[in-house]
Amino acid sequence: MWQALYEELEDRGFMVVAVAMDSREEDARPWIEVAHPTYVSLIDREHRLAELYGVVNVPQAIWIDEQGRIVRPAEAAGAYEGFRKMNRATREMPDDVARTTAKARDTYLDAIRDWVRRGAQSEHAFTAEQARAHLPALTDDVARAQAMFRLGQFLLRRGRDEEAHRWLEEASRLHPESWCIWRQGAGKNEQGFAALPDFWQRVDALGDRRYYPHVDMRGMP
Amino acid sequence: MVTVLTETGEREVRDARVDGDALWLPVRDAEAATGWESRPEGFCRGDVCVPLPRGPEQEILRGPSVNVAGLWRHLGQPVVKSAQGDAWVLATSGRDRAAALQSLQAPDFTLPDLAGRAHSLSDYRGRKVLLVTWASW
Repeated sequence: MWQALYEELEDRGFMVVAVAMDSREEDARPWIEVAHPTYVSLIDREHRLAELYGVVNVPQAIWIDEQGRIVRPAEAAGAYEGFRKMNRATREMPDDVARTTAKARDTYLDAIRDWVRRGAQSEHAFTAEQARAHLPALTDDVARAQAMFRLGQFLLRRGRDEEAHRWLEEASRLHPESWCIWRQGAGKNEQGFAALPDFWQRVDALGDRRYYPHVDMRGMP
Repeated sequence: MVTVLTETGEREVRDARVDGDALWLPVRDAEAATGWESRPEGFCRGDVCVPLPRGPEQEILRGPSVNVAGLWRHLGQPVVKSAQGDAWVLATSGRDRAAALQSLQAPDFTLPDLAGRAHSLSDYRGRKVLLVTWASW
């Protein structure tokens, strides 16, 4: 989805920097090789973007203008949590949920197009005041959790799995909003997804809360 | 051997000594790892100097050694260490991270691509950038 958008807009001074929040490069590699992107595609083993930008889930994106200023802080990048309403046995998605998912994606892509065309005049480009109001909360607990996550990843690379997982669990306890911390450390199914029963339990425990918090953008479901 | 993980990367220090919550490094390693150097007025980075605290329990400078963990805590920054004390993360506080974001200047970073080539966000200054995350998991 980013490749087509990049090809459409690259001549208008638009760049996509895609960052894999993957602690093992070999997990991300096959996906990148299949997608074969012409935009920049990077690997973030230690989840540096979580430390710096408050990223807590994927796909989240940040809009940055020509002067390097944040126009929209980290938020869900056209993603909708339709998977929560999927039939978990058949993996079927109700039609209305599929439509909502498509609307979230299309709304987000059209917003990017509008921003690239109109810059700060775009209704989707936050003013400085709006951008600050939408910043994620980077608390001392979050910073400490990310430090524990980093230590955990360091220990994993040295084969000290038991202690590593203790740190990853402690990090998740301190920063429960981070699906990046939790899913990176969680058990994976045969497809490599952190979607074992413990994932669904954690999703169900959200109740009325969103897996992807609502994105403040006109037309976004 | 102790590994110190900081904002600028990982640094292995041979002559480190661990004593509970203290991590003593030779002055040169301490400066290289933290960016803070010992001067008569305290510890300094650029024009900013912080005086040393008093009291033996907060001891930070002892002869040719610096307790970088003590220094880091004195600076109000988080420290996390492995059970064996052989890996230490000198991290950045949430307060400092939040202040950086409040400026709305996008924090720069450098990460590798699949070929191992380093890219910085600032390489793409002058363009509109969609900085977008994904993951295999």
